[in-house]
Amino acid sequence: MTLAHGLSAPTSAHLAIEKVSKWFETSRGPVHALDNVSLQVAEGEFVCLVGPSGCGKSTLLNMIAGLEMPGQGSVVAAGQPVKEPSRARMMMFQEAALFPWLDAFGNVMFSLKRKPGLTDAERRDVAEYYLKLVGLEKFMHANIHELSGGMKQRVALARALAPNPRVLLMDEPFAALDAMTREQLYGDLQRIWKQRNVTIVFVTHNVREAVSLGDRVVLFSPHPGRIREEFTVTLPRPRDINSVEVAGYATRITRALKDHMEHGAGI
Amino acid sequence: MKRFLTALFFFVLLIAAWHWAYARRIWSPVLVPSPESVVRYIWEIALDGSLWSSTVVTMKRLVAGYFIGLLAGVPLGFLTARVQALRDTVGVLALGLQGLPSVCWVPLALLWFGQTESAMLFVVVMGTLWSVILATETGVRNVNPIYIRAARTMGSSGLHTWVNVMLPASLPFIVSGMKQGWAFAWRSLMAAEIYVTIITGFGLGHLLHYGRELNAMEQVVAIMLVIVLIGLLADKILFSPFEKFLHRRWGTEK
Repeated sequence: MTLAHGLSAPTSAHLAIEKVSKWFETSRGPVHALDNVSLQVAEGEFVCLVGPSGCGKSTLLNMIAGLEMPGQGSVVAAGQPVKEPSRARMMMFQEAALFPWLDAFGNVMFSLKRKPGLTDAERRDVAEYYLKLVGLEKFMHANIHELSGGMKQRVALARALAPNPRVLLMDEPFAALDAMTREQLYGDLQRIWKQRNVTIVFVTHNVREAVSLGDRVVLFSPHPGRIREEFTVTLPRPRDINSVEVAGYATRITRALKDHMEHGAGI
Repeated sequence: MKRFLTALFFFVLLIAAWHWAYARRIWSPVLVPSPESVVRYIWEIALDGSLWSSTVVTMKRLVAGYFIGLLAGVPLGFLTARVQALRDTVGVLALGLQGLPSVCWVPLALLWFGQTESAMLFVVVMGTLWSVILATETGVRNVNPIYIRAARTMGSSGLHTWVNVMLPASLPFIVSGMKQGWAFAWRSLMAAEIYVTIITGFGLGHLLHYGRELNAMEQVVAIMLVIVLIGLLADKILFSPFEKFLHRRWGTEK
C-alpha cells in the first residue's frame, strides 16, 4: 500500500505551554498580549480556546505553530522546544489562504512536496486520499475561485492534514462561513479527528462552536490575555450544536466570560 | 466566429474607405497611396527578402534587449520590494527613469557606444528594465502575507518561498509590467532605428526612414503596417498564454 508511508504515525504530540508572556510593539506603545499563560494538551485531545478579541488566543496559536516566539516562557511540542514551523504542527486560517495559481490538487501537493522521503506517485496518492476524505474527489482540479467558501476550507483542511501532522492548529477556520456549511464541517472535522487521531487546538470566539467540538474549552480574558477558566465537556459525540445540552454548557461558559469581563474592567 | 466577422467587416470597410479616398483624389497620391500599391510594395520586399531580413534584424535587437531587461528587472524588483535601503535608492531611480521617455536614451547610447548594435541593445534594455522593476516591486509588496505564513507552516522557506510563492503570487503585476516594458522597448527601438543608421543591420525602422527619404509613401505606410502586425503578433505569442493562465486561475475573466 503506497499510502502506508504517508499515513504512518507518529511521535507523541503532547503540547506544553509554560508561563508564556508576550508583548507587541505598536505605534501607541507596547501591548501586553499574553500574561503568564500555561496550558497542557494531551495527545489526541481536542481543545478549544475561547475569548473575546484581543485576548491573545490567536497569538498563542501562532506560537504553537512556530510562526511567533514567546517573549517569556516556553512552548514545547512532543518534548522539543518550538523554534520554527514544522510539518508536525499544521495550521488552518480564517481565510483559506489557498494559492490561487494552483488548483485544489496542487494546493494539497504543495504541502506534500516539501515532505521528504516520498516518491511523487506516493504524494499524488496521499493528496487524492485527503481530498476524498474531505469530500472533494470531484473537485480535485477545480480552480480555487470556482470553489465555495466551505469547499475552500475543505481544501485547506486536506492541505493541512496531508503531511500527516500530529497537531492541527485552527484559527477561527469556520468564522466566515454560513451556518449550514459550518454545521456540515463540524461533523466532518469530528469524524476526521477521530479517524486520524490528531491533536487539535481550535481558536474561536463562538462558545457554542467550542462546546460542540472540544473535549475541553479554555476561556481567555483580554488586556492582557490570560486563561480564566477551563471547562471539560463530557457530552457524547457526535454533538449537535443546536442541542439543549450544548446550549447548557455554552450558557455557563458565556456567563463565566461575562463575569470575568466585568471583573477585568474593574482592574 | 461572430466577433471575427465583426472585425473583418470593420477592416474591409476601412480599406474600402481608403481606396475610395484614393480614387476620388481627395489628397495627392503622393501623400495617400492606393491600398494596392502598399500591398504591391509588401509583396515585392517579401519576394526579394528584404522584408524578412530587416524584420529579423529588428526582432533580434528587441528580443535580446527585452529578455536582458526582464532577467535583470524581475530579481531587482524582488530586491527593491524586500530591502528598504534598495527601495529608497534603486526604487527611486527606477521610478524616475521610467518616467523618462525611452527615446531620450538614444543620444546617450550613440555617444557611449557609437553606431553599433550595443547602442540599440542599450536603448531596448533601458526601455524594458524600469517598468519591470517597478511592476515586480508592486506585485511582491501586494502578496497577501497569509500566503507566506501558510507556506512557512508547510515547510517552505528562503528561496523556495520566493520561487514557489512570491513569484506566482505577484504574477498578475509582473505580466502587466512585462507588457508595459515591451511597449516601451518596441517604441524606443523604432525611434532609434529611424534616426540612426547602424551598418551591421538594416531594421524595419531603416526601411521606414528610407521611405521618407525617397518620398515613397507606399513604403512608409507598408512598413508601418508591418510594425503594427508584429506588435499584435507579439501580444498573442508573448502575453496571451500568461493572461489566459491568470484569467483561468484567478478567475478574472469577464
